[in-house]
Amino acid sequence: MIELRDTSYSYRGGEPLLQGMTLQVVPGSFHFLTGPSGAGKSTLLKLMYAELQATGGSVKLFGQDPRVMDRNAVADVRTRIGVVHQDCQFLDHLSIADNVALPLMVQGKPVGSDLHDLLAWVDLSDRMHAFPPELSGGERQRAALARAVTLSPDVILADEPTGNIDWDMSQRVLQLLVELNKMGKTVMVATHDIALIRAAKPQVSTRILRISNKRLQSAGAEL
Amino acid sequence: MIADTLRLMIAPNKASDTVVPPTGFTARLTVFAAGAMAFLAVFALALSVSTGRLADRWEAELNSSVTIRISAPADQVEAQTSAVLKVLDQTAGVASARALEPDEQRALLAPWFGPDVPLEELPLPRLVDVLQGPEGLDAAGLRLRLAAEAPGAVLDDHSRWRAPLVDAARALRMLGWIALGLIGITTAAMITLAANAALAANAQVIRVLRLVGARDTFIAGAFVRRFTLRGLIGAAAGTAAGIVAVILLPNGAEGGFLTGLGFEGLGWLSPVLIPPLGAIVAFVATRAAALRTLSGLR
Repeated sequence: MIELRDTSYSYRGGEPLLQGMTLQVVPGSFHFLTGPSGAGKSTLLKLMYAELQATGGSVKLFGQDPRVMDRNAVADVRTRIGVVHQDCQFLDHLSIADNVALPLMVQGKPVGSDLHDLLAWVDLSDRMHAFPPELSGGERQRAALARAVTLSPDVILADEPTGNIDWDMSQRVLQLLVELNKMGKTVMVATHDIALIRAAKPQVSTRILRISNKRLQSAGAEL
Repeated sequence: MIADTLRLMIAPNKASDTVVPPTGFTARLTVFAAGAMAFLAVFALALSVSTGRLADRWEAELNSSVTIRISAPADQVEAQTSAVLKVLDQTAGVASARALEPDEQRALLAPWFGPDVPLEELPLPRLVDVLQGPEGLDAAGLRLRLAAEAPGAVLDDHSRWRAPLVDAARALRMLGWIALGLIGITTAAMITLAANAALAANAQVIRVLRLVGARDTFIAGAFVRRFTLRGLIGAAAGTAAGIVAVILLPNGAEGGFLTGLGFEGLGWLSPVLIPPLGAIVAFVATRAAALRTLSGLR
């Protein structure tokens, strides 16, 4: 599904931020990716949805190397990977309903009643006509999660989805991610919140990875 | 493939038009620039068409008409005129020839000398107007025969004073076409600048659209449609204003240079081409700007 082999990345030819990354994300798995701020968690996720390209080794997204994919192929592969960005990346001039429907709109697909079901699933039915700046942090994160799953992607990548919200709301977002995994979706969550990872362990079988000294390590036992 | 791309770029797409926010200032700027350029284009076109028409007419007259001037002592004028007409009658390529009557000569000279000058007392040469046939005449051969038969006759094929005018008219026509080309290039440059400004202002929107799986044609289409429509609307308004201005230009004597600026007959339809051409320029310029910007994003 997503495969990294001895992958490294450096910004503008500088010192490598990540190196020797080898990882196989198999269908239906639930990964946590942790590490201190600045360790490269977001960078690793960006390699996984082709916003960045590996400077060493290889990345395969559904068997394809993004470095040789044309721009349309990159766009197409992103319809199979839903991303929850740390800062949500909404279009502030569109309502929450339109933001959530955005992946459908850009594909030229009709926006049907599924949108209402999706908004109900994240408890935002009554906020669908609001605009992003009017939403609380928790509401924004849930809306971002709804947008990430609008096209029913195979993989959901979440970058610090609970970074700016309180504990109760973090639990709600975690619960939604676990539900998605139980529906068969592959989930990877980048977070530095150890409490969140501990809270997830009883609910779902997870694999926990840590970025340390630019390399990827398994960190399940110590958490 | 190309048809599909054009359809995606031009056909109305509510989704694409919704996701990119309105760009008020650049919209007005583009409409104004396209309108102003179209207005100027109408005049450049009118200049090209008018001067072209003038050059063609002068050239046709130059080729079809010659004059023979007979300057001889008063007692020989009639004899030499008869000799000239006889020579012309025998010359191949002459469709018709006739000596101008004194009244006709007086009418021709009245604008210069006024009506009261006693022209009959002046030693005026006699004029013979010759119309050439389609095959043309041999001017050099005719001059030799005239020199032998009527020594006072001088063949004037008007080339000495009309040829530079024809050249000037042709040069003006060329300048008109060059002006039209420059107007097109300037329009493209202005729309490119406006499109780049709109693309830069919407960099975050474009990034989000790419991240949720939008293809370049979808993103570019939102900008291309807007700027093409603005180019079309602006150019249509500018063309309409330009046509009205050309209609209102003073219309003087036939063959006048500045007073003859304008269109004739079906030529009035030629400015109608300006709005679609403006739209095509806007389409090409915006599409190039959008795809160039998008190529910098992953």
